[in-house]
Amino acid sequence: MKTEDFEFLASMLKERSGLMLTPDKVYLLESRLTPLARKRGLDTLDALVQKLRMTREDGLIRDVTEAMTTNESFFFRDNTPFDLFKNHVLPAMEKNRGTQKRLRIWCAAASTGQEPYSLAILLRENWIKWQNWNIEIVGTDICTQVLEKAKAGTYSQFEVQRGLPIQMLIKYFKQEGDMWRLSDDIRKMVTFRPFNLLSNFIGMGTVDVIYCRNVLIYFDQQTKKDVLERMRKCLASDGTLFLGAAETVLGITDSFRPVRGQRGMYVPSDGTAEKAMGLG
Amino acid sequence: MKLCLVVDDSKVIRKVARRILEELNFEIEEAVDGQDALDACDRNMPDVVLLDWNMPVMDGLEFLKAIRSREGVEQPIIVFCTTENDMAHIRTAIEAGANEYIMKPFDREIIEAKFTQVGLM
Repeated sequence: MKTEDFEFLASMLKERSGLMLTPDKVYLLESRLTPLARKRGLDTLDALVQKLRMTREDGLIRDVTEAMTTNESFFFRDNTPFDLFKNHVLPAMEKNRGTQKRLRIWCAAASTGQEPYSLAILLRENWIKWQNWNIEIVGTDICTQVLEKAKAGTYSQFEVQRGLPIQMLIKYFKQEGDMWRLSDDIRKMVTFRPFNLLSNFIGMGTVDVIYCRNVLIYFDQQTKKDVLERMRKCLASDGTLFLGAAETVLGITDSFRPVRGQRGMYVPSDGTAEKAMGLG
Repeated sequence: MKLCLVVDDSKVIRKVARRILEELNFEIEEAVDGQDALDACDRNMPDVVLLDWNMPVMDGLEFLKAIRSREGVEQPIIVFCTTENDMAHIRTAIEAGANEYIMKPFDREIIEAKFTQVGLM
């Protein structure tokens, strides 16, 4: 790909979505946009760029932006944090919270909603067990635009194919034109609101599970420490924190410790959460 | 190494799928329609079939039904990969015994995600 074409696309994407595309991501442009070019009856990516430059067609710009940003979040991303939720966190919470029947989950970088909705779907899959519980899933993000999309619960064909098993698509989605919309039952389970991780967490109350994946990497050391320590304060002592696979608490704060052998899973260092989860 | 049979009447699609799947460490065989795919299965049963729907001679759904009705053979995992992208087609395919369903256009990530879900990776 020609340098000026790359720069054209990169600046268009940054302007539209805030996505920062570095030159080592040329392959991503090629793999995402070549199918789109073909769909539009264009032979090559060069032809697509040519058309964008000439026409500035809004629909095309939107399709390009969407094709490039959908990797930011997908259903059941990385699988493991969801398997752990289903197989260890939920059974422990069922035991520990059996009297109050209350469960609070916070997705701190909810983006377009796939992560909190994936958790809602997992609870729904075993609804007999959970229907009488008071379950709150809160999805927050600094970006209000992505939250609008999250609330709508409407996803493109690309988005519903990254991570979502087809049986779940059949069960929980309705087709609306080119898009797929989550059922009201699932959408009702999640509340979205704008929230900046640099602000204070008092309004968050106490939560049982926090998902904060692939956000800390954008922060400096001191901010990471500060965010993690404030998260410790709002997490129940038998609660669980999930970070991204490339993130850790080690060398940053002593308030959490990694759960041995479980990548991305952390518990308060002064607690004994592993035991109830069968991971002790 | 697992064997994937790529069934599509478009040479271009077969080539794209082959490239992605070879990168994911699959051995590839190709077939141009459902009948050709059945013949390939008779010679050497694949672990997984990536299956187009609309093809001349025998379409993907007919192939799926034919292979699923065979008894006493090791059944392959079958992943549809088609431009048919409505719920009715998806339901029909799953009810007929397909394990997963990809709506074209696809890319490496979608193939990887779907193949992971059915336990191939």
